[in-house]
Amino acid sequence: MEKQQTDPMATVEGLSGKASAALGRRVFMRYIGATAAAGVALSACHSELVDPTATGSARPGDAIDLGDIGSKDVNVLNYAYALEQLEAAFYTQAVMTPYSGITDAERQILTDIRDHEIVHRDLFKAALASAAIPGLTPDFSSINFNSRASVLGTARVFENIGVSAYNGAGQYIRTPDYLVLAGKIVSVEARHASIIATLLEPMSALFAGDQVVFPASGLEEIRNPEEVLAIVRPYVKEFLNGRNGRR
Amino acid sequence: MSRRSVFQNLLKKTVAGAGAAAFAGVLNKTYAQTSSVADVLNYALTLEYLEAEFYNLSLAAPNLIPSAARPYYEQIAKHENAHVALLKSALGSAAVPKPTFDFTAGGAFGNVFTNVDTNYALAQAFEDTGVRAYKGQATNLMSAPAILTVALQIHSVEARHAARIRYIRGQKGWITNADASGLPQAIYSGEENVTQGGVNLVNALGISAARVSEAFDEPLGMSEVFAIAGPFIKSLNR
Repeated sequence: MEKQQTDPMATVEGLSGKASAALGRRVFMRYIGATAAAGVALSACHSELVDPTATGSARPGDAIDLGDIGSKDVNVLNYAYALEQLEAAFYTQAVMTPYSGITDAERQILTDIRDHEIVHRDLFKAALASAAIPGLTPDFSSINFNSRASVLGTARVFENIGVSAYNGAGQYIRTPDYLVLAGKIVSVEARHASIIATLLEPMSALFAGDQVVFPASGLEEIRNPEEVLAIVRPYVKEFLNGRNGRR
Repeated sequence: MSRRSVFQNLLKKTVAGAGAAAFAGVLNKTYAQTSSVADVLNYALTLEYLEAEFYNLSLAAPNLIPSAARPYYEQIAKHENAHVALLKSALGSAAVPKPTFDFTAGGAFGNVFTNVDTNYALAQAFEDTGVRAYKGQATNLMSAPAILTVALQIHSVEARHAARIRYIRGQKGWITNADASGLPQAIYSGEENVTQGGVNLVNALGISAARVSEAFDEPLGMSEVFAIAGPFIKSLNR
């Protein structure tokens, strides 16, 4: 049990030493370059992590195929990376163009969540390196960023989707360290979901409502990749495709 | 029917929210004799007994939980009681009995059922510990994917509870560094970690340690969890 207290990927030689030595504080562009090298070391240690298709940036209209989500860990990581990209972009926009009447408390919550999602996104990008899918182009035309209800309502959708996606995909992860890492992230997404719902309806049960937690079992809803991708597809200009996992 | 197809069926039913009983039946037959999985489930059951009883007693205590807070206390109690029922039926005769609890922890929290602030504080302690405890067991369930999935489905619910309780206490829903907000430090030690995947993300991203630490919840092992929960367990009754 105690070993789970240690960092989940600390045993991946090469990533820790080279990356942390190479990574300068607040030098984001340099970070992107350095972690690409770190990711090569990572993939060298995990033969499953092979480059599926893509690097670089996508263009609107491109199809991005995440593959069979359960067939290898790199596909699960890219699936998570896609969702985190979307969340990070959404909160970045929400904080940059705050809705009218936003309170200081709400602004702080959205800023915190933005930062958490950026951290998640960049961690996956670094870990995947050359195996990463391209950067996605968000399509937030259906969201009214000047409307509290629209922003918080969309946030609730994204967080609930994120939790159900991680929970559904956990069983496909083959590398224990990645499962622990996914576990570290999913509970933070659940915390986000709870607080966003609380902002929407402060004194209700919506933070863990019967729509997302089955009342009879106390279990949170899970979704398979095809369901998740169908829900998020309208928010991405590329065509995100992926198939349900097989172990 | 092969084990895999049983589980796939099961998973579908669980997704539909109607599979708890079926899950329990199959689990009982298949895994209750596998000591490692059963041990994990009994560990989870012990923690769920603790949480369920805590909320049941809190809701029953006169003039304790204000009416504004009752809807979410009731929702949490409903979930914790459901978790107990699910794990108990899953384990069948292998299920551990409910311990005898002392929520004052030998008098340290003597007003737990008369002072709502003490009550909220303990609720936060139990929920944040529960999140860390489930997370710490995930890799021990990898051999049983359907059970791992169920454990994950409980884990995120505990995180939802934790955030809600923290919010009522004026805390952020997420854990900043290892801030214990007046609770025993052991509940939060390790949460200050900012190194993931071997990379110090503060250095890498130029994002503060506070934000990076909030972005990840850290696991706890069984012995650490029992060190936290132990003072509330008077007798294990087995």
